[in-house]
Amino acid sequence: MDQFYHAVLLDRDKCMGCTTCLKRCPTEAIRIRQGKAKINKEFCISCGECIRVCPHHAKISDHDRIDVIKDYEYTVALPAPSLYMQFNGLEDQSLVLKALLELGFNDVYEVSAGAELVSEMSRDYIAEHKDQIEGPFINTACPSVVRLIRIRFPDLLPNILPLKPPVEVAAEMALEQAVKKTGLPREKIGIIFITPCPSKVAYARAPLGVEKSEIDNCIAIKDVYPLLLHHMKKLAGSEDADKLMSGKIGISWGARGGEATGLLTYHNYLAADGIENVIGVLEDLEDRKFRDLDFVELNACNGGCVGGVLTVENAYIAETRLKRLRKYLPVSKQRIEEGQKEMIPLERDIEFQPVYNLGTDIKESFIRLNQLERIEKSLPGLDCGTCGAPTCRALARDIVLGEASENHCIYYLKEKLRKVSDDIDGLDLSINCSQEGSLQKVRDFLGKIKEDIASLDDGKDEYEG
Amino acid sequence: MGENIEFKYTVENGEFQRAGEASSDVKQKLKAMGVDPSIVRKVAIAMYEGEVNMVIHANGGEITVTVDPDKIKMVLDDVGPGIPDVEKAMEPGFSTADDNVRSLGFGAGMGLPNMKKNSDNINIDTTPGKGTKITMEVDLKEA
Ligand SMILES: Nc1ncnc2c1ncn2[C@@H]1O[C@H](COP(=O)(O)OP(=O)(O)O)[C@@H](O)[C@H]1O
Ligand code: SF4
Ligand SMILES: [Mg+2]
Repeated sequence: MDQFYHAVLLDRDKCMGCTTCLKRCPTEAIRIRQGKAKINKEFCISCGECIRVCPHHAKISDHDRIDVIKDYEYTVALPAPSLYMQFNGLEDQSLVLKALLELGFNDVYEVSAGAELVSEMSRDYIAEHKDQIEGPFINTACPSVVRLIRIRFPDLLPNILPLKPPVEVAAEMALEQAVKKTGLPREKIGIIFITPCPSKVAYARAPLGVEKSEIDNCIAIKDVYPLLLHHMKKLAGSEDADKLMSGKIGISWGARGGEATGLLTYHNYLAADGIENVIGVLEDLEDRKFRDLDFVELNACNGGCVGGVLTVENAYIAETRLKRLRKYLPVSKQRIEEGQKEMIPLERDIEFQPVYNLGTDIKESFIRLNQLERIEKSLPGLDCGTCGAPTCRALARDIVLGEASENHCIYYLKEKLRKVSDDIDGLDLSINCSQEGSLQKVRDFLGKIKEDIASLDDGKDEYEG
Repeated sequence: MGENIEFKYTVENGEFQRAGEASSDVKQKLKAMGVDPSIVRKVAIAMYEGEVNMVIHANGGEITVTVDPDKIKMVLDDVGPGIPDVEKAMEPGFSTADDNVRSLGFGAGMGLPNMKKNSDNINIDTTPGKGTKITMEVDLKEA
């Protein structure tokens, strides 16, 4: 899979070409071209912010439909911890697990169980390696954060805690169990994650730090929610808490701060949520502004994964529900066993992708930055978005890279029009109809004005890919 | 390619909230140039500390950053009280910041030492009562 695969798509028919997503994209990945939003895949981190804000519901997540379970002989559901917090009044998550079986899955493996293994491994890893890096470790659970770091904060790549996200650990464990239990070949077994976000979909299809993910498909919490609700009503009272694979630590990963508190002994942590806040923290980390921190937990969504764009419940209500769910759970139900330790670390380094660079080397970049600064100064500085770029500076960058022209700026066009009008005034003065050759002069002038007007429309469509 | 690129910033007096805005802007620009991350970091830290000092010790001032193909030059110019004893001011931990400033998390006395550490060249030109002009250079080696 393309390492720049992103899990956000556009429904062209619904897109009105407004500037809402353009202005809200945290990585400036969107441009409006030919009246439609276009996502630059190199910049997209699949955070789902555009899905959240699009007033026309034209941005969609590229997750799988529920009927993928029919493609396999045997399926295991991997519920994200945030799934449990969607249900009003739920006191025991085993009811959700049972309902998943009713829905047609053959087995369930809680992602929160994988999370407890990662928590334990994180404690050991940090204790052993904390003196070997400058600054704190940063979590890998939110794929959008990892993707952001690899394009924008190369200096922080060594700070990434090199452990797999819980969902991957859970997928590998679930697969191993399923193979043992059924003896089926790999392709007949479906490991299916119930996801709060497109970010995880991007991870499953194009993982970073892992050769290939064992997650076969991702279905959305919002799609299974109504079906689960239906089964849960029927099953109520028949839950069996013994079936639970995880405790407080595991399910707490579903909301902000959960991963960090699971480290137990490390109190010098920071947990930030919401993509803009995350960017702010990364900027400060890059400048080494935080001293004495051991761990930094970053989640792209407000409130953590309960705020994922594919969930149904308000993130803050979900967070309250977590408290209730946790109440009678043991701290943790998992312990790393023989042979599991080798499975948890990332398989390879995450590499810097210099997509923001203006040129291929410093010399070229220097020349282009110079051009960019000059062009930016000539633009009105309104950041209005009408040109199809989120800011005047972004348009200047596009122009330097040959992806747009000054004519995309309506203020620039207005200025041009004014010049045309001045030319017409000039025409009045310079023409004396009785004069020899004046007809030709008029023709020349009209021709020039026509050309000017035609140029007003130039650049609108010529940069289409 | 001759031409240098110049960025100018005005640092406002007492605007603690905004201290760091200029250095953060320069950082973004250098990143876009594909300048080696470790060099970007040096510039960002050196400039940040200088910027903060302008806010807390010198009633604000002007910063000019010049990028040429070989180096990044930062000139921080203020008309503040000046530094009476530069050698002393350079000592790690030395600070004249008051409690008020300290309560905001500034005034650890590491600013000037960090500026020295993160630049390849530093020159402090200061006259008590008149102001301070600090020039720092960071070499731009190809990554
Ligand atoms: N631009 C400046 N104008 C006047 N005094 C300054 C300036 N920069 C630094 N100083 C003096 O040098 C001291 C040490 O500076 P620094 O190492 O940055 O520590 P801090 O800012 O934490 O006090 C300051 O406390 C202040 O007395
Ligand atoms: S915070 Fe959680 S829900 Fe949001 S993008 Fe990251 S992994 Fe997905
Ligand atoms: Mg200082």
